[in-house]
Amino acid sequence: MKKILSLGLVRGLLWQIAGTAAGALLVTGIRALMGLNPWGSFLFTEPAWVVGALTGVIAFVWGVGALTDWFKWALGEETPEHREDPPGWEKYFGVSLDHKVIGIQYTVTAILLLLVGGLFALIFRLELAASGMQFISLQLYNTLMSLHGMVMIVGILLGVAGVMNYLVPMLIGAHDMAFPRLNAFSYWIAPPAAIVLLSSLALGGFDTGWTGYPPLSTRSPVGIQMFFIGVWVAGWSSILGGLNLIATVMRLRAKGMTAFRMPILVWASVATSLISLTATQLIGLSFQLVMFQRLLGMGFFDPAKGGNPILFQHLFWFYSHPAVYVFILPGLGVVSELLPVFVRKPLFGYRWVAMSSLGIALVGFLVWAHHMFTSGMNEYLRVPFMYSTLLVAVPTGVKFFSWVATLWKGKIETPTPMLFVLGAIVVFLMGGLSGPPNGVVTTDLHLHDTYFVVGHFHDTMFGGYIFPFFAAIYYWFPKATGRRMSEKLGKLHFWLLFPSFLVMTFLMMRVGLLGMRRRIADYDPALGLDFWHLLITISAFLIAASVLVFLYNFFRSIKHGEPAPGNIWRSRSPEWQVPSPMPVHNYEEAFEVVGEPYDYGLPGSTYIRFNGKSH
Amino acid sequence: MRHFVIVGVLVLLLSILTFWGLEAVGLMPVQASLQAQTVDWMFRLEMAVISFLFALIVVPLVYSLLVFRRKPGDTSDGEHIEGNTRLEVTWTVLPLITVLVFSYLGAVTLGETRRLDPNAMVVNVTAFQWGWRFEYPDYGIQSNKLYLPANRQVVLKMNSNDVIHSFWVPEFRIKQDVVPGRTTEYRITPVRIGEYKVRCAEICGASHAYMEAPVVVVSQTDFQKWVQESVAAQAATSGPDPKRGEKLYNELGCKACHSIDGSKGVGPTWKGLWGEQVKLSDGTTVVADEAYIIESIRQPQAKIVAGFEQQAMPAFTTLTDAELADLIAFIQTLK
Ligand code: HEC
Ligand SMILES: [Cu+2]
Ligand SMILES: [Cu+2]
Repeated sequence: MKKILSLGLVRGLLWQIAGTAAGALLVTGIRALMGLNPWGSFLFTEPAWVVGALTGVIAFVWGVGALTDWFKWALGEETPEHREDPPGWEKYFGVSLDHKVIGIQYTVTAILLLLVGGLFALIFRLELAASGMQFISLQLYNTLMSLHGMVMIVGILLGVAGVMNYLVPMLIGAHDMAFPRLNAFSYWIAPPAAIVLLSSLALGGFDTGWTGYPPLSTRSPVGIQMFFIGVWVAGWSSILGGLNLIATVMRLRAKGMTAFRMPILVWASVATSLISLTATQLIGLSFQLVMFQRLLGMGFFDPAKGGNPILFQHLFWFYSHPAVYVFILPGLGVVSELLPVFVRKPLFGYRWVAMSSLGIALVGFLVWAHHMFTSGMNEYLRVPFMYSTLLVAVPTGVKFFSWVATLWKGKIETPTPMLFVLGAIVVFLMGGLSGPPNGVVTTDLHLHDTYFVVGHFHDTMFGGYIFPFFAAIYYWFPKATGRRMSEKLGKLHFWLLFPSFLVMTFLMMRVGLLGMRRRIADYDPALGLDFWHLLITISAFLIAASVLVFLYNFFRSIKHGEPAPGNIWRSRSPEWQVPSPMPVHNYEEAFEVVGEPYDYGLPGSTYIRFNGKSH
Repeated sequence: MRHFVIVGVLVLLLSILTFWGLEAVGLMPVQASLQAQTVDWMFRLEMAVISFLFALIVVPLVYSLLVFRRKPGDTSDGEHIEGNTRLEVTWTVLPLITVLVFSYLGAVTLGETRRLDPNAMVVNVTAFQWGWRFEYPDYGIQSNKLYLPANRQVVLKMNSNDVIHSFWVPEFRIKQDVVPGRTTEYRITPVRIGEYKVRCAEICGASHAYMEAPVVVVSQTDFQKWVQESVAAQAATSGPDPKRGEKLYNELGCKACHSIDGSKGVGPTWKGLWGEQVKLSDGTTVVADEAYIIESIRQPQAKIVAGFEQQAMPAFTTLTDAELADLIAFIQTLK
């Protein structure tokens, strides 16, 4: 018992419960004193829940100990620069300042959230297997569908942070992130945010989709406030994480690592962080305005009070479009990073690939209104947004052509990570090709808000994030554990996932073209889509089965995987030049960059050289 | 060189095969409007380019995987090719041109779908949770089915009572959101006689899935017949009728906010409303009589019921006197 209580996570959770109760009771008390109705339909009133959720989050972060060092500093106490973590698994359940531990904490939290989001999808996919309502209510359907979207998004954001946190300091030869305490803080506000987000399920749910458009979101049950607050807090994690990463890459690179000698994944991470640092505020703001509209009757988006519902959509998409590049750029970076290793050839056009990430990030800021072609915004604005949207195809195309050119005349091997890299390229290609019809206004008038779009973005998310994420896990797992995951199970995972996923998204696009709208709990049997929907559901369950294989492989290999202490992929990258698992402060001996990162096939060249100096 | 020739031929073959396959499967529902023809033309062009790009990436990828596979035991590296600036520029500039051409064509076809016919017939559309209502101002007809004559442009002037909805008839291809507080416009020229459905495409709450209404495209003569019948049917009705009032209650979406069984909703319940003393937000009271109810419907902001200051009721300005009388007759029955 004492041991369990000593875990930061457990303390945090207890504090969160207490903090929520305290905040909610405070508001309830004030309301009672003011003569307002103190109790609401879910025990507390809406304002009480909102304040309670916020105080709960703060209490969690305090309880887990993520603020301790700062408070000590404020009191004039010194704290050690490097804090030693306890050995064994306990360090993952409390505040650690080691970027590798935080990276793994992020990654595991991400996997958990993705599983929860996936589970929601399986439930409503089962409902959609046939027309008619079978076993869940309309409201529950809407809640699960909406939560699926946002839980997946938060899961992906944390996964992105996990990959970047774990790898970037290692790839640039730093022994940690620039601001280790901020790093820990950024991670530790995510779990309470996820809990608040999921608590909406218990508070009446919400029926708006992840987009939360008002006026609908001003009429939903209290659950929507939990959704807003969950996202709002998780946004902080993203903003601060982005800041930290940019500072790290700017300041802590190894000697000789000039901009164009950085590993390509570092470029992608910088591009991603630029977006999350500067755009996340807008989704937080847009949700906050709706929150205020609900709590205080301010009419930001209420036409009866002179507000404008379309303004919300502009604010919302100004983040939420670039956000998709936050999800995919690191994934595409992983693809570019691993491809040369398994092709045994340099990355074709390294500079172009690096610049294309920045290009996508920058153009991505100018395209948000392509989500609003049918919204009733100024008609003529649609044309410039069509031009800017299609422009994204150019840097994206550069990536594809460069990947194919990298494969050309290589000596290709296909262990599990490479299979996922290739899968990522094909799936992302399907996503990329189904994009322009949405970007051209004329055809988007038909496609918007249909399953075509659902198929399209699942392809981009899986190709741009999920497949590379799996590739990264299979590839760097030995670096974290000293053991490798089973190849056999890895291949089974891939061959179950890849075809079912393609079938699923193809059919989604097909039913969308034929008249299947997005976000509906039931569909008209007269459309004749029952058979296709059944196939989509079956594919979804095959995907779930493949994920079970992965989970089994993952947890089994931590203890029982084949030992893999050395450079098993024959990579030139610095982290593989030292034994696995990686030592606590990364490189005992500092290194210097003396060559190009991907010069495979150039006899006698290396990327880095250890210079004998210790860190 | 040999590799390039083989890949080139395969790319061509696969492009043609893919495009032909997509055409053979048939991707779109029937084409029921003039605008659908424009949209489909654009879509077909996109599919042609997509088929080509698909082949252009997939063929060399699969070819490399088969032909440039590492032989077992071979641990040597591939050829040291770092890049090729000429190639990079080519595959930046050519896509750029394609993209510009497509944007241009997109703008031209968009203009085509918005082409205005001065003789267009106007229909006012009201969207609400969860249904549609159509009003023909030229003929004074109200309906919950959208009857349209073939080969004549109609302009739908659309308003929403509550949240955002979206007007979409898949066979017409075009979609337009319906936003509270503003009027959005939808132009369409139906060309194919038949029965379709308008399906709300923007999530609008629990029953979003069921927010559908029939759209019937008929010949011009059949349309005139329908107009005459509807006008005659409306003229034949005499005196207020609670049955019709109840129908309006359901069809106009009053139901979404007002209960008739006393339960609380977005707006006050109608149970026992008639003749009651209503407390207003400014502290005064008023008797719920005919004048008050009519004012509450036409100018809801004029008098606001106490406790409902946060919720605005949309103004229903298009209702006729006869319809108002029907509604009042219905409210009178709710003791
Ligand atoms: C979007 C929700 C909404 C819809 C739809 C709606 N109302 Fe209302 N209605 C309200 C609200 C809120 C009030 C109370 C505030 C006020 O007086 O304006 C109200 C008040 C009224 C009143 C005064 C009731 C009283 O208790 O004094 C009448 C009568 C009325 N509505 C009739 C209608 C009719 C008829 C329709 C359908 C044609 C309709 N409403 C549709 C929200 C709505
Ligand atoms: Cu977008
Ligand atoms: Cu709807």
